[in-house]
Amino acid sequence: MLERIEKLRVAGTEAIVDASSSAELEELRVRFLGRKAELTQILRGIAQLPAAERGPVGGAANKARKELEALIEQSAERAGAAELDARLVADRVDVTLPGAPPRPLGHQHLIARTTRLIEDIMVGLGYEVAEGPEIEHDYYNFTALNHPADHPARMLQDTFYVRSHPDVLLRTHTSPMQIRAMETQGPPLFIVIPGKVYRRDSDATHSPMFHQMEGLAVAEGLTLADLQGTLLAMSRALFGDTREVRLRPHYFPFTEPSVEVDVSCFQCEGTGVLPGGGRCNLCKGQGWIEILGAGMVDPNVLGFVEDHGYDPERVQGFAFGLGIERVAMLRHSIPDLRRFFDNDVRMLEQFS
Amino acid sequence: MRVPYTWLREYCDPGVPVEELAERLVMTGTEVERVDVVGPPSADNFVVGKVTEAVQHPDADRLRVCTVEVGEDGPRTIVCGAPNVAAGQTVAVALPGARMPGGEKLRKAKLRGVASEGMILAADELEIGEDHDGTLVLDEAHAAGTPLAAVIPLAEPVLEIEVTPNRSDCFGVFGVAREVHAVTGAPLSAEPWAEDAPAAGDGEVNDFAKVTVEVPDLCPRFTARVFKGVKVGPSPLWLQERLAAAGMRPISNVVDITNYAMLLTAQPLHAYDLAKLPGGELIVRTARPGEKMTTLDGVERELDAETVLVCDRDGPTGIAALMGGQVSEVSDETTEVLLEVANWNGANVLRTSRRLALRSEASARFEKQLHPELTMRAQAIASKLLVELAGATLVPGTIDVAAPEPEPHTLRLRAARVSGVLGMEIPPADQAAYLERLGFGVEADGDDLLATVPPDRYYDVTREIDLIEEVGRLHGFDRHLPTTLPPVGAGKVGRLNRTQRLRRRAEDELRDLGFDQIVGWSFTDPGEAGRLRIEEPDQRADPILVANPLSDEGAAMRTTLLGSLLDVASRNLARGRESVALFEAGAVYLRGTPPESGGPLAGDFPGDTPAPATEPHRYGALAVGPLVPKSWRGGGEPADFFALKGVLEALAAGLGCPPLEFVSATEPFLHPGRSAAVSIAGAPLGWLGEVHPLVCRTWDIDAAVGFEIDAAPLLAAATLGEEAFEDLTTFPAIRQDLAIVAPTAVSAAKIRATVIEGGGELLTSVELFDRYEGAQVGEGKVSLALRLEFRAPDRTLADEEVGGLRAAIAADLEGIGAQIRGATEASGSPVDE
Repeated sequence: MLERIEKLRVAGTEAIVDASSSAELEELRVRFLGRKAELTQILRGIAQLPAAERGPVGGAANKARKELEALIEQSAERAGAAELDARLVADRVDVTLPGAPPRPLGHQHLIARTTRLIEDIMVGLGYEVAEGPEIEHDYYNFTALNHPADHPARMLQDTFYVRSHPDVLLRTHTSPMQIRAMETQGPPLFIVIPGKVYRRDSDATHSPMFHQMEGLAVAEGLTLADLQGTLLAMSRALFGDTREVRLRPHYFPFTEPSVEVDVSCFQCEGTGVLPGGGRCNLCKGQGWIEILGAGMVDPNVLGFVEDHGYDPERVQGFAFGLGIERVAMLRHSIPDLRRFFDNDVRMLEQFS
Repeated sequence: MRVPYTWLREYCDPGVPVEELAERLVMTGTEVERVDVVGPPSADNFVVGKVTEAVQHPDADRLRVCTVEVGEDGPRTIVCGAPNVAAGQTVAVALPGARMPGGEKLRKAKLRGVASEGMILAADELEIGEDHDGTLVLDEAHAAGTPLAAVIPLAEPVLEIEVTPNRSDCFGVFGVAREVHAVTGAPLSAEPWAEDAPAAGDGEVNDFAKVTVEVPDLCPRFTARVFKGVKVGPSPLWLQERLAAAGMRPISNVVDITNYAMLLTAQPLHAYDLAKLPGGELIVRTARPGEKMTTLDGVERELDAETVLVCDRDGPTGIAALMGGQVSEVSDETTEVLLEVANWNGANVLRTSRRLALRSEASARFEKQLHPELTMRAQAIASKLLVELAGATLVPGTIDVAAPEPEPHTLRLRAARVSGVLGMEIPPADQAAYLERLGFGVEADGDDLLATVPPDRYYDVTREIDLIEEVGRLHGFDRHLPTTLPPVGAGKVGRLNRTQRLRRRAEDELRDLGFDQIVGWSFTDPGEAGRLRIEEPDQRADPILVANPLSDEGAAMRTTLLGSLLDVASRNLARGRESVALFEAGAVYLRGTPPESGGPLAGDFPGDTPAPATEPHRYGALAVGPLVPKSWRGGGEPADFFALKGVLEALAAGLGCPPLEFVSATEPFLHPGRSAAVSIAGAPLGWLGEVHPLVCRTWDIDAAVGFEIDAAPLLAAATLGEEAFEDLTTFPAIRQDLAIVAPTAVSAAKIRATVIEGGGELLTSVELFDRYEGAQVGEGKVSLALRLEFRAPDRTLADEEVGGLRAAIAADLEGIGAQIRGATEASGSPVDE
């Protein structure tokens, strides 16, 4: 009997090792371990054996059975994995089909992006950000900015007025916020003010609505040299680390001295000449590009907020006004100001 | 202001090429827009010629064949078309090789079979005038072959200067010369008006003319001289050339002389035919109520009480500083001239000029407020030229009706203040030198300077800071200004405030939810409200109007963002786009004062003036077509009410806002069945909905859906950045799914609220994940599937506890006519993340 068990064990082992599929293994399980299998029958018949044989036969049969069971399980696992692989291979997709589109991301408008860029630069220099109304009183837009009534300086900006309110207008610059900010907070004051402004003008370089970034710094001992340093830092952050700035004297009613500020051309590195030898189209061969107007805050302007702690003999400051579209046009080679407000998605989607 | 270089150099010759001078002027504050060249680009091959013979061309009626001496090379044959060309004339000749204005090179040519070796020039061919018909006849004293440039300036460089409103002195060539002197240090000639014309003859000016000024405050000075024996005719060539180069058309010697004197001194003048002034009398007064006048341009203009008129005995002859009169205009027959040189109130001139929409070379100068002293400078210049060039006799005396002259002012310039403002040291001697060159009287007083302002700069330089600007700019910001950074801060750091950070976040979220940001026009046309079906008394139908729009399209301030969103969507669709998802973050403009005063930064108006407008910042979004594009895998369902509701909820959730509340409500421009009013924490926020088909049709869009909400209440409810930690991991939650059958009339929000009420504080989340309407639930009923999550912060919940809550929910639902159909434990429950 023990020999018979050993024979079955060996035969089963060989058959299982030879088997390659789950189906074959299942068949072998039935043949060697099923209810009608010889080994099963032997175990079932143990009770009929003489007492002395029961122990050795039962032990051997059980051992053989467990061994075969383990072997089948092991092989079945191996065969199952191989069969799964075969099925997966058959489930092949055309990997060259396009991917499923995710929900598309939208795009930030270039004006918003440029505004943030400049805000972040100025915040880095220690400035805070403020905003204010676009429908503005003449006092803030002109009078307190040293534009007396019937003064030719008012002609510099052609103004939209609000009907039936002769003193109310659409602000022509973000500068009214200089006064509003100083009325609200004493010196030292370092702020920038982004926002929409309006002028009665429309062509490729003028839009009746556009955006400005005002800068205002007032404290004790600020100088024109500080303005130059501040604008140099800002210009380098906007247009490249090798930029230079230059201040050209100019006239604005609310700054004295007033300057227009040029940045060295970043396309030709200030030479006016392109690598190929042609005239630089960006700076028109000048080597410099005008980017903004600025100056030392006129003492008359401080005089309008003297009650709020701005004694023109004690504090002085500088201010500048930057066209946000102008910066974006320069940085991204945009030819026409009106494109910003056309909002053609083919343009919007070029900028994230 | 166009400044011919040869004219400028008569007073100050910087001895450098014009481009170099222009660069230096630009860097010291005189904006040279460009250097123009009048006439041919080069003087080569332009000579004086003598016509020795002029005969009819054999084959052309209008041409003549001339023989012209041009110097050493012997006579040339030149075919000429001018009718006045004749033997004996001294003419201007361009020889082959000459470059004509515009750059074209002159070549030998055959004209109707006759070879022509050059061209006899007319005035327009040298850009001296507009005359093309006749040859330019020169003084016969010039020898044949003389370079033409020795007779009249050729290739004349002209500085085109943009004069800023503060620098009326640079509206005169001598003022620019003084500036060149100050900038370069090159010597400045004596003032050209230093020497006056000699008067002659019997009598004196008061015998022939009389001036009455009724409004001395508006006319601080009125001077007049009388000239007899005036011979009106063309000006000499040099004068014509100068005026032409300066951009003024030569007319006649008398008029040209007044223009020349103005261009030199910045002081405008006006010449009258004295014979046509009854009694030789002029009266300066303001217009009477309702007074009208037909000006030289043939327009009848209504005048107001501030309009200053120059009148003769019969009535107005001109509007002061703006326009002269026709009757007394100088003509070819004029022999007696009254020359007016007056000073006017600049603010008044500007006001009248704007009111009448009239501007002239004169008003551009007067409106900047000239000093009364300039009048006599212009009288002197013009008088000399009238005597020299028009054969006039100056009647002795000058009528001079003058208010007291403004007191000269002397300003103190503190040494420490110069470097204190500029951050740049300027040696005191240099400061004094710069001011002296500009015409200031300078005196030292200790470390300070005392500077007396010359009349030319009287209204511009009034304070110490103005002197600082003068010395600073002449010292040269480009050459000497240091570059420093100020000590910013004083205990503060630069940063965005919370609202600014949240606004950026909100825009980022809308972008990341798939929307392209647009920037729409703040103004629209007044008809937009109508196109949106908004009617009075809706506030949005009554926009703030622009008094002087560029066109009707910009006549009203927008009261909603929807208009510009629809405009942009429509435009993009018309250009071939199939779908758009757009958002805008920006203001709308509504009538009325903001409910709360927030101080100047928040938009309060000065003093007690109430602000006439509020400008709420808003978010608006509009989608046409799918938010996820159709692909081979599906998708492409057009965005509808629920798509945009999801976007709006995601926006609020991203800001850490409590759930938004939606109630069925409509707007005139929305689909009445698919629109909602949105609020947050009880505060109204805006609208959400599908756009009304009629509105879509107006914008030529098939279907669109959008929302518009106020930023303030949304951002006020945001908790982003202020979150406190909540322990969701120590004790697991229990999930349960409920199927609820309810009458369709009961809203989902009502069912949700009832469930939340019944579930109590242990119910932490309710999500609706399925909805079914149909035969299985019966007519008029709807089945909703809700996933509930229960959680206690301090213990693991027992099933019995949740079972009790479920029973409570079921009981509450019965109260609104809804039943729980079955409850199953959601898979994986209890959950332990």
